[in-house]
Order: sequence, then structure tokens, then C-alpha cells
Amino acid sequence: MTPALAIDGLSVEYDDFVALDDVSLTVAPGESFGLVGESGSGKSTLLRAVAGLAPVSFGTITVDGKRLGGKRDKAFYRKVQMVFQDPYGSLHPRQTVDRLLLEPLAIHGFDDTEGRIVRALDEVGLGVSFRFRYSHQLSGGQRQRVAIARALILEPSMLLLDEPTSALDASVQAEVLNLLEQLRATRKLTFVMVSHDLAVVTHMCDRLLVMQNGGVVEQLASTDLAARRVTTDYTRGLLVASEGFCRKS
Amino acid sequence: MSDAAMTRREWLLTDRPQSRLQARLGRAYVAWRRFTANRLAVIGLVIILGLVFLAIFAPLLAPHSPYIGDLAKARLLSPGPGHWLGTDDQGRDILSRLIYGSRLTLQVVLLVAVIAAPIGLLVGTVAGYAGGWVDAVLMRITDIFLAFPKLVLALAFVAALGPGIGNAIIAIAITSWPPYARIARAETLTVRNSDYIQAVQLMGASPWRIVLRHIMPLCISSLIVRVTLDMAGIILTAAGLGFLGLGAQPPLPEWGAMIASGRRFILDQWWVAAAPGVAILIVSLGFNLLGDGLRDALDPRGSGQ
Repeated sequence: MTPALAIDGLSVEYDDFVALDDVSLTVAPGESFGLVGESGSGKSTLLRAVAGLAPVSFGTITVDGKRLGGKRDKAFYRKVQMVFQDPYGSLHPRQTVDRLLLEPLAIHGFDDTEGRIVRALDEVGLGVSFRFRYSHQLSGGQRQRVAIARALILEPSMLLLDEPTSALDASVQAEVLNLLEQLRATRKLTFVMVSHDLAVVTHMCDRLLVMQNGGVVEQLASTDLAARRVTTDYTRGLLVASEGFCRKS
Repeated sequence: MSDAAMTRREWLLTDRPQSRLQARLGRAYVAWRRFTANRLAVIGLVIILGLVFLAIFAPLLAPHSPYIGDLAKARLLSPGPGHWLGTDDQGRDILSRLIYGSRLTLQVVLLVAVIAAPIGLLVGTVAGYAGGWVDAVLMRITDIFLAFPKLVLALAFVAALGPGIGNAIIAIAITSWPPYARIARAETLTVRNSDYIQAVQLMGASPWRIVLRHIMPLCISSLIVRVTLDMAGIILTAAGLGFLGLGAQPPLPEWGAMIASGRRFILDQWWVAAAPGVAILIVSLGFNLLGDGLRDALDPRGSGQ
């Protein structure tokens, strides 16, 4: 079976700074893959390189067996969509929810825009009363739902999630994560999810990649992580850190 | 009645609009309320609306003909009944000339804004979004235009094109777009790397679509403010060209040209030059106040966005 996403020897360099150094991974269709690491470890850069927002210096990215060039075509964007970290920055400040959802449909020439917009809102649990609101009339969780609806309205097969819940408070985080889980199950989506929260990744993902300083530390199944079967000190450190502060007795 | 007004207000201010139109109207209403909260801005708006009113109904409002005077009996009469603002050296009623002149002023201001603002907006947003050599080329051209004093450059253009109100408008438009391009570019640079623009890129939108439909709307409000504030300057430049004899040609009642023709008797018959001078002052002030008010009402960083 061809992997949904295959990355081979990927490097991203900005001038002299190496943001991503020789990373390889494969994600099977329908799988949920996690990327964890501290800030600046290159996990977001990896996601942005796949989306075409970061320049690829070396290596190849293959989606559904098709190698991606420097410029992505429309077909790619119908297949792969992204949800950004900050819901306050990812929605256009001068557009209503309606306009935000209409834009991808207009770009790709979809028909039945009316029905699709209503369905998309319904699917993320917002309902039509939100349709003509501006983004400043929405809470953080509602904004992120709109962003998810916008990503899903093109019916992609893969969703790139860049810390989709880290800007939200704890109760809303759970809501949005459950929504994503449920959407993945019903739509058979492939997830590539970046997070610095090990609990979230263990809950959401089948496999995960631990990254540090732009390189790969180790790749493991989330069951291994849950059972603490980790092989490197760095991952162990992350695990300890994720348990929060505790006084040394 | 107040009950109906309340519900209409609630309909406008609701946070769950039912249609595109309602959302847009509600947004306009919030901006309007912010605008009217500023009393000076409302004064500015009233002045400009008054100017528009004068221009539209000039034939009905003007007591005399603006072109034909009574050379035998009515030369350089002082203000008084019959001629409220006096008459000029051709015996023409100055008030009537001012009222008809409002048409020319408005024409100049509107045409310059309609020509210059879109050029500046397009050059600025394209330069800001494209970056690289496109940006460099477009901005160096802008810099060349900015390097000359506006009036001197307009003078050169009019001298080349030939005097006349139409050429004056073209000359002023050519010299006034560069600041708009700068503003639009600065605004574009602040949003071009934002998540919401990248989100549109990830939908597969073409660069033109992004610039026209997503970046330009964000630049427009600061541009409207700047254009309104510049209108006073445009009027003055037009008046300056008229004063130098390069703008409107006689017998057109252009305010700057009227001052020019009145300067010969400025000591003995001061009202000939003073009346159009005051008119220019009031209209310039009106545009400035309006621009200030719009800045507060349209600022996207304001509370209601």
C-alpha cells in the first residue's frame, strides 16, 4: 500500500540556520501521526514544509505516491489541508464565517456552496447561527472549529494539525480534540499532528516522532510511550517534564 | 416609534446576523456610531455634504450668472445686499462664482482620488506581496515620484500637457499616488505572513486573488483615511495651479484662479481674493476633520475591528 505521506531525507535551511536536518518518515493512510519536541525542534517546520510554506533544501516529500515539486498544484490543496496553531490569527479579521468558508469552494469551483457551508458548520458543531458572524464575534474554541470546518470543506484526505489546541484553555482543548477524533473516524482522515503536549499526542496518535534541534530523536508507537518503553534520555526527559513540577522530597 | 428604533438597532447590533447583508450593515452601523461620536468629524462631514449640495444645485442657488457681469455698473462692488460677497473686476457676482466653483473643486478632488488611490493601492499591495525584484522596481519608481515636491512635479506635467483643468487633474493624480503606494505596501507587509493569508495560500488561491480579495480590503480603510486627509492638499494644489494660470482657464470660476485674479486689488478690494480663499480654507478644513473622524471610525485595530 502506498503511504499517504512519505518524507525522505528532508532538510529545511533558512540562510545559515538549519531548521530541519535529514528527517525521514512515512505515514499510512488513515493513520494518526504525532510530532513532538520542545520549541524550536523543527516539528512545525516539518509540517510547513509539507504544506509548501517552508522552503525545502534537500530531500523529497511524497503524498499518495506523488512526489511534490517546489510549487504545489490545486489538486494537492484539495488533498492536504492544514489547521493553524493560533485561532486568533488564522481567520481573516474582515471576513464573516460565511465568506471564509466560501473562499475555498470558490477557488476550487465547487457547486452547491450553500449546502456545503451549512453542512460544514453543522459538522464542527457550530450551527447556522454562526454563519454570518465576524471572527471577532467568536470565542477561541469557536474560531478553531471554523478553522477546522474551513480545512475540511474541500474534503481533503490528510489534515496537518499545527498544535491545534495549544492556544485554547483546557476544557475547550478536550472539546476540539474530541471533535477531531470524531471527524477522523467518520471521514477516514490521515492526521499529522504537531504538539508539545505528550498527553495529547498519546491520546490522539498511533505513532509519533520525537524531535530535537531539527533532527529525529526516536520514533515510537504511542502505546510504547504510555508504557514508558522509551529508549533515549531526551524522550525520558520530556516524559518527566510532562508530569509537571514536583517537589523533590 | 422609539420601540421600533430600538428593535432596528438591536437588529443591526446583533451578534448572530442572519444574512450577509445584515452582517455588513451591522458592521457599517458600528463604524457609523464611532464616527458620529466624534463631533468635529460630523462637522467635517456636514461641510463636505454642504459642498456637494452646492455643487448639485448650483444653478438654483446662485443669484447671478457666474460668467456674465455688468462691466458698466457693477465692477468691484463691496459686499452688500444684491451682491452678498461683492463683485470682481469683470462685474461678476463673487458668491455665484464661488457656488459654481464648488463643482470644479469637487470634480478635481473626486477625479484625483478615483485615479490616484487605485493606482497607489495596486502598486503598493503588489510590491508588498510579491517582494523581491518586483518590490524593488515598483518602490524605486515610487521613490522617484516622491523625491519631487508635489506642486513642482505637477507644474512640470501641466507645462508639458498644456494648461487646463483636465490636465491639472491628471498632473495632480500622477503626483499624488506614491504616498498611497507606500501606505498600502507597509500595510501589506504586516499581513502578508499572517496565518490567515497563509491559510488562503493553502487553499490554492492564486497570488492575484490573494492580493485583490484578501489583502486589499485590509489596506482600504487606512487608504480612505489618507485620501480624505490629502484632499485638502489636492484642493490647495489645484488652487495653486489655478493661481499660476496653469489650472482652470478663464472664465471658469475655479477658486485658485479667482484668488489669482483678485490679487491685483488685494489692498483696496480685499473681498475679491478673500472670499475664494475662505472657501478653500473651509473645504480643506472640512476634509481634514472628516479624515480624522474616519481614521477613528475605520481603524481596524479599533475595539470593534
